[in-house]
Amino acid sequence: MELLSFGDTGWGDELFFATLMTIAVSIAAMVIGFVFALIFTPLKLSKNKTLNIIGNCYTTIIRGVPELLVIYLLFFGGTGAAMYVASIFGYDGYIEINAFITGALAIGIISGAYSTEVFRGAILSIDKGQFEASKVLGLKKNIQFYKVILPQMLRLSIPNLSNVWQITLKDTSLISVTGLVEIMRQSYIAAGSTRDPLFFYSVAAVLYLILTFLSMKIINKLEVRYNKGF
Amino acid sequence: MISIFPSLLNGAVITLKLLASSMFFGLLIGLLFAILRINKNPIINKFAYGYSYFFRGTPLLVQLYLIYYGLANIEFLRNSFLWVIIREPYWCAIIAFSLNTGAYTSEILRSAFQTIKEGYIEAAQSLGVTKKITFFKIQIPIAIKQSLPAYGNEIILMLKGTSLASVITIMDLMGEARKVNVLTFKPFEAFITAGIIYLFLTFIIHNIVKYLEKKYGFQT
Repeated sequence: MELLSFGDTGWGDELFFATLMTIAVSIAAMVIGFVFALIFTPLKLSKNKTLNIIGNCYTTIIRGVPELLVIYLLFFGGTGAAMYVASIFGYDGYIEINAFITGALAIGIISGAYSTEVFRGAILSIDKGQFEASKVLGLKKNIQFYKVILPQMLRLSIPNLSNVWQITLKDTSLISVTGLVEIMRQSYIAAGSTRDPLFFYSVAAVLYLILTFLSMKIINKLEVRYNKGF
Repeated sequence: MISIFPSLLNGAVITLKLLASSMFFGLLIGLLFAILRINKNPIINKFAYGYSYFFRGTPLLVQLYLIYYGLANIEFLRNSFLWVIIREPYWCAIIAFSLNTGAYTSEILRSAFQTIKEGYIEAAQSLGVTKKITFFKIQIPIAIKQSLPAYGNEIILMLKGTSLASVITIMDLMGEARKVNVLTFKPFEAFITAGIIYLFLTFIIHNIVKYLEKKYGFQT
């Protein structure tokens, strides 16, 4: 337990900030994922064949390759691409892209693919009568979407989005390979310097369990709240 | 691009080996824990629930590190015959992957067991079939058939999971791609080629499961 004390002698405060980092990366990734999902869900539902193929390619490819591959591609490839762009403008030094940004973007692209599928399923399961009724009422297309479809879509997707959140939270552990100090990286450092990997990886496991447990509690509350009246 | 292909294919063979062995052991573990989960004894029940909660609630990477770095820390294990197994990264990866997929498989099978219609079991009882035979000849086959689609997803998730083996020095497809990247400084070639191979494997697994579903699928 001494190892977990706060201050210079223990790893408590380091692990605490690492946990905050994990939460921050997960939330950033989830938000980026929503942006991707809001772009690609209409494409997947579109009647235009080309747009449809683009949407399907995104979800199929991202869900078919390992998460680690996406992270490596962005981490190594992103640096190379940034340096190439910089060299055009006459800068030849080494550029390192922030690990937080690459990590959140990589996990965001992955969670976006899952969110897209969730939103698509939610929209498809909305009763057809809702679309027809809003059309009959003479609502404009964008009002129809924002006032009728979107609220129902969000309510229907909460249970599945909670799964996406859990996956995203666990996927952030993979960013540790790029050097971002979150729970996994911090335990790796602590395990290395104290030569007690069993203890520190157990602590990491417990921290992740606490995070998943707490987020489940919060999501269940949300679910009850948004299902009022149904 | 062509020159890196053979080494990546060698890696893909290791990936498939890891996948096959962990799916095999994972299925056995999953079946065992699914049976424990539907047991009425609260202690056994809670134990099985705790197992699946732990392995589904923590990242696979933590489990892999716990087994690869953590177990080596226990003096008792280092002196026992088990040391031969847990000092090999390859076996550690298989242990971690099997335990992980076992937890997910147990959940899939448990829900399949619980959705079997009471009528089947009652029919077996009224025919005078013993409980043991009912379980092995009726409940297990139906549960396996019902869980085929979900299990197909689990195989694909595990295929992606095996890429983590590369962080504990195993030269699977991901490990080879990393090596190519380090040697040639061509991240796009290395990782995109590896990605295409992964997609190809996913595609094949997806179609095999689809075929099995069509052939053995359970129509209710």
